Amino acid sequence: MPFKDKLFRLAKRLLVSREEAEDATQEILLKLWSKKKNMEGYTNVEAFAMTMTKNFCLDRLKSKQAGNLKLVHSNYTDNESSLDKKLEATDSVSWVQKIMEALPEQQKMVLQLRDVEQYDYDEISEMLDMKPTAVRVALSRARKTVRKQLIKKHNYGIG
Amino acid sequence: MESDKIDQLLKKYFDATTTASEEAILREYFSQEKVAPHLEQYAPMFRYFSKEKEEQFTRQVFKSESRTSRKLWYTWVSAAAIVLLLVGVYFNTTSTSNSLEDEYTAAEIAAAQEALSLLSINFNKGAEKIVYLEEFEKNTNRFLDNEHKTP
Repeated sequence: MPFKDKLFRLAKRLLVSREEAEDATQEILLKLWSKKKNMEGYTNVEAFAMTMTKNFCLDRLKSKQAGNLKLVHSNYTDNESSLDKKLEATDSVSWVQKIMEALPEQQKMVLQLRDVEQYDYDEISEMLDMKPTAVRVALSRARKTVRKQLIKKHNYGIG
Repeated sequence: MESDKIDQLLKKYFDATTTASEEAILREYFSQEKVAPHLEQYAPMFRYFSKEKEEQFTRQVFKSESRTSRKLWYTWVSAAAIVLLLVGVYFNTTSTSNSLEDEYTAAEIAAAQEALSLLSINFNKGAEKIVYLEEFEKNTNRFLDNEHKTP
């Protein structure tokens, strides 16, 4: 599957944890594989797979929330040492990751699909089942939020 | 002067009106070392996006894929074996059925058939006479019964 990395990155964007994203991607790939024969009817298998990934991850998040286990990154205890974390925190590039984690899910996905995966607006609106104008609005909001937070951290963090 | 253009593109970028190629220009600009000081703050954003695109899914999933293909291979091999077997059986039987006409002439076969039909006619004649045997058995049974009763 040539787009498996894209599925994985979207899953990771939503589920945050690498382990969970890998589980999700594996499940989706197996589902796709079992549906392989009736897949020829779909004109855009990649978009279909991305939509599947989105729905799968959102369901996961929902069931997590129902189980009172809100998926916030602070819930994850990384194996990395605190020294590594401190070093990471000083890396301004990884700030963007933290900022993106705080975005609403829809904005997260739009930003991921556009700025990381570089899909067309039409493709994104197909994948996320959104109107193209809604995609642009969400994207603009997401980008502006990242900028705002980044400037804040930039002015604050370096001093 | 290049940074002016980048400024304009950034404005469009945050309104989400940039085209894919314009965004590529932005990514490329921010990937280089020299960035105008007032634009420095945007660099992490574009660098992060480029970095994120590198991430790969490394887990091996399709062990099951090779399993199914191996299953498929077994199916094909067994199908081929059955076809071979059937072909072998077919050629064997046809060669033996041919041998009757190969070994005997038409006259010989006709003579054999005549002899066999004669045999069957005479056999049937004999079989017709078996009915009398039944009558014979009845009478003997009567004698035997009398013998039992007399003493």
